[in-house]
Amino acid sequence: MPILSPIIGLRKGMSDLLGFVGGLGYLMLDTAAASRAALFGRRGRKIGWDNLWAQMVRVGVKSIPIVCMVLFCIGAILAFQMAPTLRSFGKVDAVADIIAIAVTRELGPLVAAVVLTGFAGASIAAEVGTMVVSEEIEALETMAIPPIRFLVVPRVLATTVMMVCLAAVADTMGVMGGMLTSRLALGIGTQQYLTHTFDILKVRDFLTGLVKAGVFGAIISSMACYLGLGVTGGALGVGAATTRTVVLTIVMLILTDLLFTMCFYFLGL
Amino acid sequence: MPDVAIQVDAVTKRFGGRTVLDQIRLDVIQGETLVILGGSGSGKSTLLRLMMGSIPPDDGDVVALGKRLKAMNARELSDYRRSVGVLFQSGALFNSMSVAENVSLPLREHSDLDDDTIDIIVKIKLELVGLREHAEKMPAMLSGGMKKRAGLARAIALDPKILFYDEPSAGLDPVTSAEIDQLIIDLNQKLGVTTVVVTHEMDSAFRIASRMVLLDRGKFVTSGTPAEMRDSQDPLVRQFVYGLLEGPLTDRRRAGGYEADLLQGASN
Repeated sequence: MPILSPIIGLRKGMSDLLGFVGGLGYLMLDTAAASRAALFGRRGRKIGWDNLWAQMVRVGVKSIPIVCMVLFCIGAILAFQMAPTLRSFGKVDAVADIIAIAVTRELGPLVAAVVLTGFAGASIAAEVGTMVVSEEIEALETMAIPPIRFLVVPRVLATTVMMVCLAAVADTMGVMGGMLTSRLALGIGTQQYLTHTFDILKVRDFLTGLVKAGVFGAIISSMACYLGLGVTGGALGVGAATTRTVVLTIVMLILTDLLFTMCFYFLGL
Repeated sequence: MPDVAIQVDAVTKRFGGRTVLDQIRLDVIQGETLVILGGSGSGKSTLLRLMMGSIPPDDGDVVALGKRLKAMNARELSDYRRSVGVLFQSGALFNSMSVAENVSLPLREHSDLDDDTIDIIVKIKLELVGLREHAEKMPAMLSGGMKKRAGLARAIALDPKILFYDEPSAGLDPVTSAEIDQLIIDLNQKLGVTTVVVTHEMDSAFRIASRMVLLDRGKFVTSGTPAEMRDSQDPLVRQFVYGLLEGPLTDRRRAGGYEADLLQGASN
């Protein structure tokens, strides 16, 4: 009946959403459970350091230049955007304070995560999806090798660790972008800028950003693996999974960030 | 009575309301090479996956090596999977690993053997399939036939009791296809493994089979030795075995309403 179609559509949408969240949650729990065997299991089943390092290089090291460039520019943009307003209050040197807080608590981890989603998330989804299409996942299962332990755990660990490292790099580059702009265009000396930065920043600002970054890393790789493992329909399915990974992961990152920020606000962190 | 390696007991499998296999009963005798024949969509690959324990049946059950697959817990299913080997249509080699690493993977996962022993076993398995000198190559550097042989070496790494082959000759030239067939025969005889092959390539099927089964649209049609299949008077069997243009399979396609579909399109 046409009058009921929006309700039916909404019901299907809710059911799909619940299925997706449930499936992703199950994969993350399974990954956490399999991590023990992968890290401390017997020799043949343990993740080799070579394997973990290769994943870390692939997801993290190669994205360092892009994260550096993007965060440097964001630091500079923030300085340019805030300077006129702050100057009208005679507080132009507060640019350093605002950039320090905004970058370490928020923009560093979030923007680095968005870059990593495009860089590593898409690549992991395409790789895992191609493995599904070429029967490699089924081959693993028939050899009694759990794909979660063999494929998902190394990627999630590598992305989580590298995301924390990337966030630290991103924080530094954001501050440097603001500092250079302040010195060259706003007339704030380097010493003055750094004094403001270190006076305002507390260890907890830096740590809350890094905690968020770790969770973002786990989300990026889990989403990529989940959508990659669900590929059907050959090359077309791999392409669709890659696009969905980028879009849905960015949405998920923003929602998670909102949740974290609300929690930190109410906890006074 | 001969020992039964796998018993398919009135198995039915549906996907999205469509019945892909309907009440299939089948015994695979220990040590034999059973070839499952059938056209596209006949359900032969689904039957293979059911016997491999990759998917569960909706009705009925598969008794493999004396145990019901439906009743197996995760550990028992894992044990069963370790006692079978599978050669996939594409070879399904891991592209990020060399041929030797592919073959050694199940040994590293499921045994406590040291690296030197594993290296020796890998060499033996690769020698069996004629790929010892290609051990360090990556899968992307191999031809289609070599990929299948490497996949076969990996499938026999743990000395399986049953070997499953999914379309082993698909996409290969006739000579390479004959080489793979010979390899299947050799492994069956040398290792004494029970062999189940899914194919629709009749030359290959007659070369390797000790017994054949024909499926059509998810239903069991007949089974017999290669000679019995050749001499069958069943029109469907004859059309499939001899690749005839006239017979029940083509009649069914013609009765599929093509002309009515065209006329309906013209009138709209």
